Amino acid sequence: MDEPLLSVQNLTTVFDVPGHPVVAVDNVSFEIRKSETLGLVGESGSGKSVTAFSILQLLQHPGRITGGRVLFQGRDLLALPENEVRKIRGAGIGLIFQEPMAALNPVMRVGAQISESLIVHGLANKREARDRAIDLLRAVRIVEPETRVDDYPHQLSGGMRQRVMIAVALACRPPMVIADEPTTALDVTVQAQILELLREMKNTFDVSLLLITHDLGVIAETADRVAVMYAGRIVEQGPVRDIFRKPLHPYTQGLLASIPGEGTGARLRAIEGVVPNLATLPPGCTFAPRCPYRMEVCTTAVPALVDIDPGHSVRCYLHSDRAEARVMTTPVMTV
Amino acid sequence: MALVEVRHLVKHFERGGGFLRAKSVVRAVDDISFSIEAGETYGLVGESGSGKSTTGRCMLRLIEPTSGEMRFRGEDVLSFDRSRLRAARRDMQMVFQDPYSSLNPRMKARDIVEEPLIIHRIGDRAERRDKVAELFRLVGLDPAHLLRYPHEFSGGQRQRIGLARALALNPSFVIADEPVSALDVSIQAQVINLLLDLQERLELTYLFIAHDLRLVRHICRRMSVMYLGKIVESGDSASIFAHPQHPYTRALLSAIPVTDPDAPRQRIELDANLVNRDAPLRELAPGHFAAV
Repeated sequence: MDEPLLSVQNLTTVFDVPGHPVVAVDNVSFEIRKSETLGLVGESGSGKSVTAFSILQLLQHPGRITGGRVLFQGRDLLALPENEVRKIRGAGIGLIFQEPMAALNPVMRVGAQISESLIVHGLANKREARDRAIDLLRAVRIVEPETRVDDYPHQLSGGMRQRVMIAVALACRPPMVIADEPTTALDVTVQAQILELLREMKNTFDVSLLLITHDLGVIAETADRVAVMYAGRIVEQGPVRDIFRKPLHPYTQGLLASIPGEGTGARLRAIEGVVPNLATLPPGCTFAPRCPYRMEVCTTAVPALVDIDPGHSVRCYLHSDRAEARVMTTPVMTV
Repeated sequence: MALVEVRHLVKHFERGGGFLRAKSVVRAVDDISFSIEAGETYGLVGESGSGKSTTGRCMLRLIEPTSGEMRFRGEDVLSFDRSRLRAARRDMQMVFQDPYSSLNPRMKARDIVEEPLIIHRIGDRAERRDKVAELFRLVGLDPAHLLRYPHEFSGGQRQRIGLARALALNPSFVIADEPVSALDVSIQAQVINLLLDLQERLELTYLFIAHDLRLVRHICRRMSVMYLGKIVESGDSASIFAHPQHPYTRALLSAIPVTDPDAPRQRIELDANLVNRDAPLRELAPGHFAAV
């Protein structure tokens, strides 16, 4: 069975800001297969988190999905009534947030928060749910789970809270988990432990993972495939090795080049300019104003996402029509 | 002679206490010493709670240390009275982590940068305005945006405003406390390059406080690693990266995410039992010290 577990097709999400609607997610398409991890990389304003919230329909006003399909196990979530979508959240797709302190209920014992979804989805009675919560706390490597189950979030360290979040997300054994910047708020050593745990949980519980992050290091260690987002669009997508070994989009190349290397005191290779304002996007390629290889065509029309190698696609005129591109690749330096 | 010399710096915070309850003491900075040469970028690395930011704040007496010395050009800043401290602060400035919360949202960018000049009574109004425009150009901001408010700037631009303000009084020593960790990846490199350019042009000396080891290795020739208020390892960055001696440094280095999908990963977990809190720093290789 080769059908993807999740297939996002031409998803478009708009924020109805007075004056001019802002397209936060623009025709985004990707698939996640069973047991696979897709890394969704982008900077602030790239639309990566809005994509996750759109999939689960957790958008808040004035955000609104204006087009596309989200097929999960063959059903279009966007066409389902709210009570059906609610069954998918937690039981079908678990969610791990960046800030465990903000996502956990501060006046509810952690055990109750883990068992809540089991009870809501009718998967266990209160007694069974508590035992299951203890098992889950043990699975996410919390010591003395029998006593910790009665703790409140503030009694736990940041790393332990994120472990509890993972336990909450996995409680109903969902086939898929979305993790939105799961390690960003954590210290380096704790981040390493949480990534290790995510990998382990992925294998133990056989879940597919949509991992949203701005950190290419996290992606390299965890993802099977990568989608790079910039200003609401996917600009490159491919297997993790291809993305790191032969990145095709100038933005992906720039991100990788700006990571500090081993030399001391040398200038870093920065991407010039700033991330564009979504309300006033340039016509054509949104990266063009910052691109060292900008051509005339880049500022006129949005390039299409085209396959270069099997499973590796890029949205860039340098690669869109190779014959044509070869003639035109005189790099135009920008200020 | 070193430009900056920190000797046996201690900062204790008292916590809790009350009726019939004893106070507890948090040793945020617990007897640390290091020195910074003129023109150098010195790295101070650690995780949250290590005491690295408290160290930076104590050095400028933004908070008063409990004991120790902070020698700047040979004089102990901690013994200065108010007026001497005020004069000394012209020469020592700080750039903060969060450009969103460290700039007054109700002040125009020009006024934020001009304020230190007014406080220290430098120049008349016209001279100060000229200086602010010059500072704007220096940090790569457009002087046409002088009258904008902080929220009208991006994160990277706000950090440039903070930098312009720090440089207004022509300091020779700047403490940069996590100056890029709140910025987007593609903007971080720009701000780091700006810091390096300014160091060359203005002959600045930096204390660079950060948790990002990759970045510290890239811009600091020498560094100290802090753990629970103490320096557990210090020396040449290259030597520390190649041969980490303290168990905490080893764990920290092994935790850095590697941007190579095929790189072998070997996490080293910190075994707290291996850390002897009372071990003194010993020189294990020339210029390389560790508390083991």
